[in-house]
Amino acid sequence: MFRYVSHILLVLFAALTLMPLYWIVTTAFQTPSVVLAFPPSLVPSPASWINFARLFNGSEILTWMSNSLVVTGTVTLSNVLLGTLAGYTLAKKVFPGRLTIFWTVISLMFIPSQLTIIPLYALIVKLDWINTYKALIVPALIMPFSIFLMKQFLQTLPTELIEAARMDGCGEWGVFQRVILPLAKPGMAVLGIFTFMGVWNDFLWPLIVINRSSMMTLQIGLNSLQNQFYTDYGLLMAGAAVSALPMIIVFLVFQPYFVRSITIGAVKG
Amino acid sequence: MSLYRKILKERWAYLFLLLPLLLFAVFNMLPMAATILLGFADYFPGGQPVWTGLENYAYALSDDLFWKALGITTLYTCGVVPASLLISLFLAYVIFGLKYAWAQAIFKSAFYLPVVTSGAILSLVWLWLFNPARGLLNYALSFVGAGPFMWTSDPQMALPSLMFMAIMGGHGAAIVLLTAAMGGIPSSYYEAARLDGAGPWRQYWKITLPLLRPTLLYLLVTSTIASFQVFTQVLMMTGGGPDYATTTLVYLIYTDAFEYFDFGKAAAEATLLSLSLAGIAVVQYKWLASDVEY
Repeated sequence: MFRYVSHILLVLFAALTLMPLYWIVTTAFQTPSVVLAFPPSLVPSPASWINFARLFNGSEILTWMSNSLVVTGTVTLSNVLLGTLAGYTLAKKVFPGRLTIFWTVISLMFIPSQLTIIPLYALIVKLDWINTYKALIVPALIMPFSIFLMKQFLQTLPTELIEAARMDGCGEWGVFQRVILPLAKPGMAVLGIFTFMGVWNDFLWPLIVINRSSMMTLQIGLNSLQNQFYTDYGLLMAGAAVSALPMIIVFLVFQPYFVRSITIGAVKG
Repeated sequence: MSLYRKILKERWAYLFLLLPLLLFAVFNMLPMAATILLGFADYFPGGQPVWTGLENYAYALSDDLFWKALGITTLYTCGVVPASLLISLFLAYVIFGLKYAWAQAIFKSAFYLPVVTSGAILSLVWLWLFNPARGLLNYALSFVGAGPFMWTSDPQMALPSLMFMAIMGGHGAAIVLLTAAMGGIPSSYYEAARLDGAGPWRQYWKITLPLLRPTLLYLLVTSTIASFQVFTQVLMMTGGGPDYATTTLVYLIYTDAFEYFDFGKAAAEATLLSLSLAGIAVVQYKWLASDVEY
């Protein structure tokens, strides 16, 4: 009995959870007159691309998307590379100050962004970086979590591998490039997914440093879309659908890595 | 070997760490120190900081809006976090008990999809769902004779509406973590319990739940911190209103800093927020982790 009730509740809850996503797609494909009708039509019939046409003509959504791609791509690549290099150093090298540096990285991980953004904004203004990619990219080039995650991941590699490579005449950079990088790939993939999602969905920082429409990322572009088209839900849902699509594709393609990124992130240091 | 020789010998280690440490110094540590200092100064962008001692803190702590925002944030967190944890626990239990791996995978993905959807997208669609005249929620509720409700534009209902939205949102990450932890519990524990005549409920209460405690603690701390920093929905859906009913702490800091450009006051509030977050995390660990072993 409990079994049946719990299964029904599971399906019901899954349906309710997916309902907003279904409603985005449904509304996006309805003609404006159907969107305005009450009671609402639960299926997009007749289906129409008109909201998407209005969206692409009336907003800079494609520019926002390419801005988001440039920023997120650069930040992700840089975090994966620098995170792996620094994580390897902290996991496998013995040098004076190693523990101090490691604990500094750990404590930075717990600093909430609100504690840094006000002076950071003043700095960006002083550098004249407002409304530039630099404002979005440079402060995020390396994040403490990236180093922590790669350190945790690389710690499990046998140190003998590194010593063997050194015997074979590999220099420091050679060890990293030929031994560590190939072995670090699964960890780098997890970190890549994690960083990509975080930066792609970031809201507060771009909201503060970007106010010119042509420089906006997708998330704050949606905010300006909402301010401009207020109750034009057909167009707004078309915007939501277009914005959700890249992340959903990334999720479906890299699903195993998503699962690992959640569980690895929760491992205690 | 002298310290100098050691450092020289391991110069590559420092070289590999140089760029990250430089970036941390400029973009994390200096701004953090500056925020703490700004809390003791009057500073508007473009001007010179004037030291005012504890004035910002005195002002923030005597400001009704600050206490109201703290109350709203606490209420939001205390409503959203326990409800989400209970729902995740239940869903994880049911999903873990599903016979087929593909069925488990499908449900985990279904609950994870809203997690990869950004707060901005969810805010747009929930505003539409909450629309008083033509929204889906009021339409659905009309069948049971309830409503119509004003949802986000009613001062009494705005905060509960945002809480409802958060509780309905993705429990995907929690479910993935909990089912992974449940998979790590040896089945021999359950067999032994069955032999002793323990039913499913007793097994759950005496074996599963206690062994999930480290995971639950992690989820409790991270989701409390995340809820305490709720911002995107507030900015996009209610603008902190109506009548300040949804002005959360981070939203208050945002408006003080970037609408009124009162950086000193905002810095003091940000410092207070960070201290509260640290305090909450410490209390939760002390309270729950006393006998948890890692």
